[in-house]
Amino acid sequence: MLDIAKDANLLDIRSVCRSFPKGSGEELLVLEKVDLTIHSGEIVGLLGRSGSGKSTLLRIIAGLIAPSSGDAKCRGETIVGPPNGVAMVFQSFALFPWLTVLQNVEMGLEALGVETTERRKRALAAIDLIGLDGFESAYPKELSGGMRQRVGFARALVVHPDLLLMDEPFSALDVLTAETLRTDLIDLWVEGRLPIKSILMVTHNIEEAVLMCDRILVFSSNPGRVAAEIKIDLTHPRNRLDPTFRQLVDNIYARMTQRAEPRAPSIEGIQGTGVGMILRHVSSNVLSGLIETLAAPPYDGHADLPVLAGHLQLEADDIFHLGESLQLLRFAQLSEGDLVLTDAGKRFANLETDARKKLFAEHLINYVPVMGLIRRVLDERPSHSAPAARFRNELEDYMAEDQADETLKTIVSWARYGELFAYDEQSETFSLENPH
Amino acid sequence: MTLDDILTPRLGQALRPNVWDAVALILVIGAMVLIVYGGEQTTLPLSALDTSPVSLDPTNLPVYALRTTMRMLLAIVCSIIFTLIYATLAAKSRRAEMVLIPLLDILQSVPILGFLTFTVVFFLNLFPGQVFGAELACVFAIFTSQAWNMTFSLYQSIRNVPKDLEEASQSFHLSAWQRFWRLDVPFAMPGLIWNTMMSMSGGWFFVVASEAITVGNTTVTLPGIGSYVALGIQKQNLPAIGYAILAMLLVIIAYDQLMFRPVVAWADKFRFEQTASATAPSSWMLDLFRRTRALRALTYPFAALNKEVSNWHLAIPDGLRIPVRNGPPSRLIDAVWLVLVIGATGYAGWRAYQYMSATLGPSDVLAAVGYGLLTLARVIVLISLATLIWVPIGVWIGLRPKLAERVQPLAQFLAAFPANLAFPVFVVIIVRYSLNPNVWLSPLMILGTQWYILFNVIAGASAFPNDLREAAGSFHLKGWRWWVKVILPGIFPYYVTGAITASGGSWNASIVAEVASWGDTHLTAHGLGAYIASATEAGDFHRVVLGITVMCILVTLFNRLLWRPLYAFGERRLRLG
Repeated sequence: MLDIAKDANLLDIRSVCRSFPKGSGEELLVLEKVDLTIHSGEIVGLLGRSGSGKSTLLRIIAGLIAPSSGDAKCRGETIVGPPNGVAMVFQSFALFPWLTVLQNVEMGLEALGVETTERRKRALAAIDLIGLDGFESAYPKELSGGMRQRVGFARALVVHPDLLLMDEPFSALDVLTAETLRTDLIDLWVEGRLPIKSILMVTHNIEEAVLMCDRILVFSSNPGRVAAEIKIDLTHPRNRLDPTFRQLVDNIYARMTQRAEPRAPSIEGIQGTGVGMILRHVSSNVLSGLIETLAAPPYDGHADLPVLAGHLQLEADDIFHLGESLQLLRFAQLSEGDLVLTDAGKRFANLETDARKKLFAEHLINYVPVMGLIRRVLDERPSHSAPAARFRNELEDYMAEDQADETLKTIVSWARYGELFAYDEQSETFSLENPH
Repeated sequence: MTLDDILTPRLGQALRPNVWDAVALILVIGAMVLIVYGGEQTTLPLSALDTSPVSLDPTNLPVYALRTTMRMLLAIVCSIIFTLIYATLAAKSRRAEMVLIPLLDILQSVPILGFLTFTVVFFLNLFPGQVFGAELACVFAIFTSQAWNMTFSLYQSIRNVPKDLEEASQSFHLSAWQRFWRLDVPFAMPGLIWNTMMSMSGGWFFVVASEAITVGNTTVTLPGIGSYVALGIQKQNLPAIGYAILAMLLVIIAYDQLMFRPVVAWADKFRFEQTASATAPSSWMLDLFRRTRALRALTYPFAALNKEVSNWHLAIPDGLRIPVRNGPPSRLIDAVWLVLVIGATGYAGWRAYQYMSATLGPSDVLAAVGYGLLTLARVIVLISLATLIWVPIGVWIGLRPKLAERVQPLAQFLAAFPANLAFPVFVVIIVRYSLNPNVWLSPLMILGTQWYILFNVIAGASAFPNDLREAAGSFHLKGWRWWVKVILPGIFPYYVTGAITASGGSWNASIVAEVASWGDTHLTAHGLGAYIASATEAGDFHRVVLGITVMCILVTLFNRLLWRPLYAFGERRLRLG
């Protein structure tokens, strides 16, 4: 290529910011001053919670969205639209269901105008490399998830990109399939058989990042920033049971559950403060179940997050969300990679259903500001009812529309469990009346 | 040769033709000859229609049927082209969408048969003295009955293309042209094909209605099944009507077997499902083509051409390319665009007002609205009656899978059959027993459209989950409680879909159903349809415009105030699964 001389940095990201419009029309910052450089020959991981802006960053690099400010360069050229020499593997595979495996793989080459015989040759080589031999004429719907993602890999590799972008490529697969695919990919990488120079992958799976990457950038949320950069010097193939490996995983867990820095008076992980708090929907059944699990042996009120995640077969991201919801309601405390029940949490575990609901309602009123607000409004109004739109507008001053949706959904479901107030879906109103 | 040999071609057989090649080849050549023959007829001068007038000799019917079918096919091709352009424009440009989609919504509720007046005059003037002009007018009438729902379907699909596929095609550098043919169109294919086929079914009604038309002093009679029936009515020849009905039945069966089913079965691969479904639609015709090796080779050039065209690098020049979305669109341009649109609308409204107010006063408007309310009452009564009759029957059939499998195609077939061919039979009865036309002409409006209610209810009842039925059974839910609590909510979304189609079709049919004749006997029911029909015959364009406008407004209001809320309610609360 032309720019082999200045090829030292494959990718240069300098103080890139990105914001999206909130429901109220103002801007919500999701990515704040991110710097990232990728050299030839490394696998870099972007690790963070969902909503930490890592996927946004990946899409800026892929040229699918533009940064609001800052400078994004690929091989020395500013990124405007999808750059040449960058290919992407999608979480959902993004295969065209009406094309066969071979046609899907050839698609990228066709768009580049590669002539037919060369195209066929390269496509077959990529299919061969990724272990899809014999599936050339199958349609995606005939394949298992793992095979589909292999097609996704072949389609990306066939264009011989310098930089391979992967957006949580294994998260839609079952545990065994994902592991096979990861090790196959790493084997090919180590043997130098992949026609690429570097890989940038987004993940929220901590073990996966430690298993595959040479360098991990840990993102913090709200707004997304690079909180830490961790170099992994272990040689491939890496062993998950190796103490050094475990230590690294534990460290990252701890780092991701650290108490909030003093600069924002928010509860770590839960975005927004006061009425503008963005609530993720977690069913009250799941919360009760988790409290019971924590209270019972072997945890006895104190659990190591990686262990708990393994036990409950949950992704790190999910366990964080559950932990944070408990923390918000003051039923548990997250710190240094541990989840510890509070006194209220222990009490909750031993109560009967009605008493639990009462305690839950108390905590909702005291610790979730928007719940207190709605209850106050309903108490004050003579009709004891209020349209949901009234609170929705208020929420949208702080958050995007879909976040307001989820927050409202959470409010309704928690309030119903705590019997704080009722919600009528048809007229979309809150009221104090419960059907008797 | 055993049946097995036919059904499963062995691997490794040579590329020599087999029996099925011969069968398929005859079908293809036959189709080509027919198309060429039909095409030749349309270039004749208009006077040829007078020298060789439509005759009631049944031996002419195959040719008439062919001419009718040709018009249908031509119209569907036009509709597809229109759909590809209009829907794409609406889906890709926000500003175009602001105008095009409401426009489409109104066009959908315009009574097509009221249109005929203008289009016939327009096209006859465009090609003076040629059959071609009259043919085009007829094709245009069919086109207006077909295009809108196809366009809506494509528009909806393009808007809902999955985000990840969109990103993938962008990230792999597909040009806008490539993306359209590789992503947008294939994704839209199942919905588009289904709607095209529904449009075809609906189109038979209009092709029959628009072959023999009188506008003022001009009477155009295009050779076809529709004009054959018109002549039969004039000559009071009941057997001829029977022959026409028979011919139409055969045409629709052929269309169903040779076109509808193969295309639906073929389009199955475009269904956007990541899992293989249990039952794929099948068609003997498609199987025939897939099994005949030599014939399949015939399709290769088309496949290659398709591939070539969809691969054109029609990139937009860099200067004109819209950069990656960044920030909200310009409000100034929006404002200018809005002013333009409002200005144009205002001007058009003013012109329309001027045109109509030249000869018509407020009393005419009141009269038209009065007639409109009469027709509205008819539609409401008829839909209610059809509901009372067909919902229980549909449920009964739908809950018996074996029976539903057999009745469902029949119901779809009846919906496709142009009911206006059967009108004379009813008119004869009304005349014979001197029944009140105001009451007894009304059922004709729903004769062809009630089947939409039936087959949608059957579909709903067949899809009703078995576990819910079992639950209802185990809790001893019976009688009206079972109807109200179990099955009616279960089929409601399906019923509404069918009822919307049926009521829209009834409005349209009112124009041909509220006036009927048998020989010299003319029957008229008071209503907006009769109002438009008589104004058309008299060549009174002002009253035609007024009538169409009133009907448009009534249909739109009816849809907005009744059907849409019901549909939304059904989708939100009663959709199962």
